[in-house]
Amino acid sequence: MERRLDAILSSFAGQEHELIPILQQVQRELGYLPREAMLEVAQFAGVPESRVYAVATFYAQFRFTPIGRKHVMVCRGTSCHVRGAPRILEEIERQLSIKEGETTPDLSHSLETVACIGACGLSPCIMINNKVEAKLTPKKVAVLLRKAGDDD
Amino acid sequence: MTRSFENLRQRAQVEWKASQDDGKPRILVGTATCGRSAGAIEVLEALQRESRNRGLDCPVVEVGCIGLCYAEPIVAIFKPSRPGIVYGNVNAPRAARLIERYLLRDDPLAAEALGTLGPESVEGIPRLQDTPVMRHQVRRILRNCGFIDPAKIDHYLAHGGYSGFTKALALDTAEIIEEIKKAGLRGRGGAGFPAWRKWQFTREAKGAKKYVVCNGSEGDPGTFSNKLLLESDPHSVLEGMLIAALAMGADEGYVYCPAQYSLALERLRTALLQMREYGLLGEGILGSSFNFRIEIKEGAGAYICGEETALLECIEGKRGVPRLRPPFPPTAGLWNLPTAIHNVETLACAAAILQNGAPWFAELGTAKSKGTKLFCLSGSVQRGGVIEVPFGTTLHEMIYAIGGGAADGEELKAVQTGGPGGGYLPPGLWDTPVDQDSLLAFGSSTGSGGVVAVDRRSCAVDLARNSLDFARRECCGQCVPCRLGTRQLFDILVDIAEGRGRPQDMELLVELSEGIKRGSLCGLGQTAPNALLSTIRYFPDEYRAHIGQRRCPAGVCRMANSSQLSRTA
Repeated sequence: MERRLDAILSSFAGQEHELIPILQQVQRELGYLPREAMLEVAQFAGVPESRVYAVATFYAQFRFTPIGRKHVMVCRGTSCHVRGAPRILEEIERQLSIKEGETTPDLSHSLETVACIGACGLSPCIMINNKVEAKLTPKKVAVLLRKAGDDD
Repeated sequence: MTRSFENLRQRAQVEWKASQDDGKPRILVGTATCGRSAGAIEVLEALQRESRNRGLDCPVVEVGCIGLCYAEPIVAIFKPSRPGIVYGNVNAPRAARLIERYLLRDDPLAAEALGTLGPESVEGIPRLQDTPVMRHQVRRILRNCGFIDPAKIDHYLAHGGYSGFTKALALDTAEIIEEIKKAGLRGRGGAGFPAWRKWQFTREAKGAKKYVVCNGSEGDPGTFSNKLLLESDPHSVLEGMLIAALAMGADEGYVYCPAQYSLALERLRTALLQMREYGLLGEGILGSSFNFRIEIKEGAGAYICGEETALLECIEGKRGVPRLRPPFPPTAGLWNLPTAIHNVETLACAAAILQNGAPWFAELGTAKSKGTKLFCLSGSVQRGGVIEVPFGTTLHEMIYAIGGGAADGEELKAVQTGGPGGGYLPPGLWDTPVDQDSLLAFGSSTGSGGVVAVDRRSCAVDLARNSLDFARRECCGQCVPCRLGTRQLFDILVDIAEGRGRPQDMELLVELSEGIKRGSLCGLGQTAPNALLSTIRYFPDEYRAHIGQRRCPAGVCRMANSSQLSRTA
């Protein structure tokens, strides 16, 4: 981890205002923000450790535990909500046997809900890793997750 | 302007014209986010494969989104001496059939077409501009979306791009601001503040440095027009930034865009590289004394950062907590220096105004809201997507004439405008001409342009609960009335939805809401109760049924067996 971290930090100047881009880059590389990495970032940016933690916990993008290889984000937005998002979430929770905010023990999937994905014209939708899946039904979810599992 | 830039522009125009008149067929595929999520990449690959296999010399070009989300993936086919034909709901097999039947055998498959482009039509296919979804729209900000390749600055230049900026270069700064003032441009992000005043304040403010910030945060659930614009015509927004910076004497700009808008970010990065290459960024832009550089800031997933001072905190690397105002950003913004923050759409409007003149812009709209506005139609409608209509258009026109009415043959019961801080309006109010002020009297707002239609299958209490769930999660925690109040409203709504409501709850909700609105520093807290208040105001019987009879008329809420209250007081 140390080497990968050094490589990331070397592209920054070590200034306070770079904190968020640095954390984003670390998470992109490591998948989440391990405690040791945050300590290192604090030292590098010249800010107290509490500051790094305060900033990181404020933003929904940052995670402090590893996520699954398939990260499923279910949209809670108004359009998705009125087009059946609660049923989509239930179906995913049933399929993966985990609840919102959890990761499967084999790290194959993790599940979270998000405020809005911004594909409201094609609601309800979810995002798996970076791909938006639109106009979902509980049935389509079952097929999609089976497919996602096969890719492993 | 330099000679060489004029040459670049002429070359772009000549090349564009040549590509239209080269006697070859041409296919456009909309590959913005909506298109991709409906399978546009598979369609693109199928079209490329099929035209190669058939030995056709036919370029297949990726373009942005024309806003017809419901019909994605969308493909437009141009054949020499024929109007372009737009097809919707294309998949890979259909794409192959289009090549075989239309390009090879000249059968335009009229039944599968949405419409033709331009003034001509083809037998059996209406002109797209005459179809219900387009007839009521005026495409000014969306003019290029879906027709040019957003990754090519030359396409933007060939359509008059950056002519607004080169005009501005020949004016003095007061004249640029005067043009924006005459146009009557007000901010498109929700607050509706006159853009010229923001520019004037920033210009007059003292500071060693000044900034222009493009707010592409777009966190309101039910809005996606900024994303469409950034993905489909990024230069139109960046040109607006250049003009604003020139008028205010700013030399540094930031584009704030959510990290999950990955395609928009990619388009922005490409666009900035091209601007540098064409001399539109850097030192001495186009031979003038104007210096400007633009940096991209990726948002990290906090709705509150759409609030302009919270956004500044985020750029500075801090928790996105709104600042006390005054001072306002034009006086003391980023690092306490004068800063003008504008929504994506506002900046695109500024570019269009300089390109076409203030009278052109102001000829549409209402007395106090000039021009056109992008609205995002979603929820229970047949034709969801991004539409552009003049201010003054009614919700009824948007939902029925353009949107085609409720989905699945249902009956509509409410429309939420203005994002999560807007209200749910009943059918009796849908004939109100919508501008930037007209919906306030009814407990809602135009906001950034979200229009979410809701049919009888939705429950008023559940809708309010969903809005408060959003507010309590997204509250930054700074103001106690907002932090604890939205939580308490949510808990009471959970109680009502699950059959534990008490007779005095409706009154309690209203009282608590008024306190939250008064006691909160920023727009989030000030508007968080609106969805709740509007549903109590317009659908009180649904609340009474939940509370008095433990019954959800829409059949959405599940009554719990437990009588344990969720609320804490």
